[in-house]
Amino acid sequence: MAARTFTIDGKLVTAEENATVLDAATEAGIDIPTLCHLEGVYDVGACRLCLVEVTGIGKLLPACTTRVAEGMEIKTDSERLRKYRRMTIELLFAERNHVCAVCVANSHCELQALACRLGMDHVRYDYTFPRWSVDNTHTLFGMDHNRCILCTRCVRVCWHIEGAGTKNVSGRGSHSHIISDLNQSWGSSETCTRCGKCVMGCPTGALFAKGVTVSEMERDRTKLEFIVTAREKKQWIA
Amino acid sequence: MAQRIIIDPVTRIEGHAKISIHLDDAGNVSDAEFHVVEFRGFEKFCEGRPYSEMPGITPRICGICPVSHLLASAKAGDAIMAVNIPPAADKLRRLMNLGQFIQSHALSFFHLSAPDFLLGWDTPPAQRNVFGLIAANKELARAGIRLRQFGQEVIQILGGQKVHPAWAVPGGVRSALSEAGRAKIRAWLPEAHATTRVAFDLFKHTMETHKREVQFFGNFPSLFMGLVEPDGTWEHHGGKLRFTDSSGCIIADQLEPSKYADYIAEAAHPGSYLKSPYYSPLGCPDGMYRVGPLARLNVAERMGTPLADAELKLFKGLGRGAVTSSFLYHYARLIEILTCIERVEQLMDDPELGSDYLRADAGINSLRGVGVSEAPRGTLFHDYTVDRDGLLRKVNLIVATGQNNLAMNQTVAQIARHYVRGTDIPEAMLNRVEHGIRCYDPCLSCSTHAVGQMPLEVRLLGPDGALLNRVTRG
Ligand code: SF4
Ligand code: SF4
Ligand code: FES
Repeated sequence: MAARTFTIDGKLVTAEENATVLDAATEAGIDIPTLCHLEGVYDVGACRLCLVEVTGIGKLLPACTTRVAEGMEIKTDSERLRKYRRMTIELLFAERNHVCAVCVANSHCELQALACRLGMDHVRYDYTFPRWSVDNTHTLFGMDHNRCILCTRCVRVCWHIEGAGTKNVSGRGSHSHIISDLNQSWGSSETCTRCGKCVMGCPTGALFAKGVTVSEMERDRTKLEFIVTAREKKQWIA
Repeated sequence: MAQRIIIDPVTRIEGHAKISIHLDDAGNVSDAEFHVVEFRGFEKFCEGRPYSEMPGITPRICGICPVSHLLASAKAGDAIMAVNIPPAADKLRRLMNLGQFIQSHALSFFHLSAPDFLLGWDTPPAQRNVFGLIAANKELARAGIRLRQFGQEVIQILGGQKVHPAWAVPGGVRSALSEAGRAKIRAWLPEAHATTRVAFDLFKHTMETHKREVQFFGNFPSLFMGLVEPDGTWEHHGGKLRFTDSSGCIIADQLEPSKYADYIAEAAHPGSYLKSPYYSPLGCPDGMYRVGPLARLNVAERMGTPLADAELKLFKGLGRGAVTSSFLYHYARLIEILTCIERVEQLMDDPELGSDYLRADAGINSLRGVGVSEAPRGTLFHDYTVDRDGLLRKVNLIVATGQNNLAMNQTVAQIARHYVRGTDIPEAMLNRVEHGIRCYDPCLSCSTHAVGQMPLEVRLLGPDGALLNRVTRG
């Protein structure tokens, strides 16, 4: 495979030709904020937090879905990027109802952690206070739409790691939401294998193990990575 | 549908305790109302949430007694799961509740009330506070602060450093008592005992110098309610409810706390959100009851620990039947601090507190769960109705200050009667009414103004409801 040479934040970096900017940056030890990216499943560029500047291109590009190219000059940190990231994260908070203090994911939440990292001390937009419900019909897991950021990690995990295809996105714009099967209660889903991989993949308190209380939802994502690695490296085939 | 919602900006922003005093045709005080601004909205916005989140949500109702809400909420959760929690979890929850009693009572006694009776009612409010106490008696003030810290330390050792620990959960608790924590608590016990002894001496002297206050600071017949063990021993996180009357007779015993609706009714007040609970078989106002330290000591036959039992004997000697003066809430509080310290001491020798079997697991086995626990200020009820998936349909909370509201009204009226002549609202009365309210240690932000005076608004109303005079301060 051919290699590409380019710069990230002035640093000379080499990566394989089909690598993404995010892969290359991670490899080079440069940390780009991400939210919808999840190790082990393909990227969709949904959250726009990984935006970077590329010299010669006017618009900002998501690092997770942009391939590297020879001679590219990439900037992962600038006044402009910080401004957009900050705006994006504030909009995520304004879009649904995030009450961290009483959330099951409090202090183990990627959205919250990112908000801290990006220096969000308040939200400048009006909260929309939508009326979303909690689906607690499943025997093992619950989903609180109030805390969903529509990153679709659960959907990708469900389709491409577990292969069950239970989770999906329905609706448009602010009506978009995660559904199970044909938009029915999760508990009545016939395809759900109750594997819990979506719960493991969720960055927020939207998906949780039933019965947990504040701050109890800690996730172990190494299990997901283990499965993916084992499959890719064919570790299960003797 | 025509609906009018009026939000009174004065009460919301300034947090004044509002008091109305009514005069009869002869110009004498007929009754009084202490308006508790209760925020019922809390019950509403919990609807739709999973019941398992409640131990994390309800402690935020009140920053002064979060632990009480935490424990009652976890208990309601146990009832929805219909489980018996592991014995170690029950003991650990009890330990936390004891810590909560100690810290809350120490705050009430040393910080909020002692300045009044040590420095004198008519000392200017600017000095009649914990700083004035420090100036007058540094050792005592320091010891009081340390005693409160001891209680807080117990809570923190169990629940972690967080302000609102969701440590108790439906089915049990999240972590045991560490050996380091046990050692720390143990080492603190002698000091806690010593401070309590000083407080007893102090209050006994106060009773000598404050005979008038004992007589008319809320001294009237009423019922008393509290949890007791099957044999009538003082209880705080289990047992069943008992009512006694002012002659000390048990009028109802071993009532199932979860069936509170069978014997407690709530009287609605026109023009107010407040509902005043009363013992329904006797109707309102005869069914008026008091809760909290005074009530618990009146309903209990013994404290269950040696030192506190000796004090209980002296306490019981102060009444004919029951002890009816609300001024003696302070004394009752000290006896409770003492039994709590003794009980903590006993628990420190229990190896089970380090157990790792701490949490029972179950689904939704009951669509309703009631959790009842004694909070420092009185019996606390959390009543949850859920759907089959465990989402809350209805939440009803009955808190101590609401239950004591009728008694607080009477206390204010009784004090006012001694001071109101004509349409004057004398300063001397304000100071004493303020303390009359403090006897109950009501859980309102306004009652915890340790520094400076309680913000008060007193209105004097004629028989026709006309405003005769109005005083605000704070
Ligand atoms: S999901 Fe994360 S950001 Fe949202 S309320 Fe929970 S902890 Fe806060
Ligand atoms: S449920 Fe979680 S993983 Fe799924 S889209 Fe929402 S936030 Fe992402
Ligand atoms: S991580 Fe790239 S868009 Fe979300």
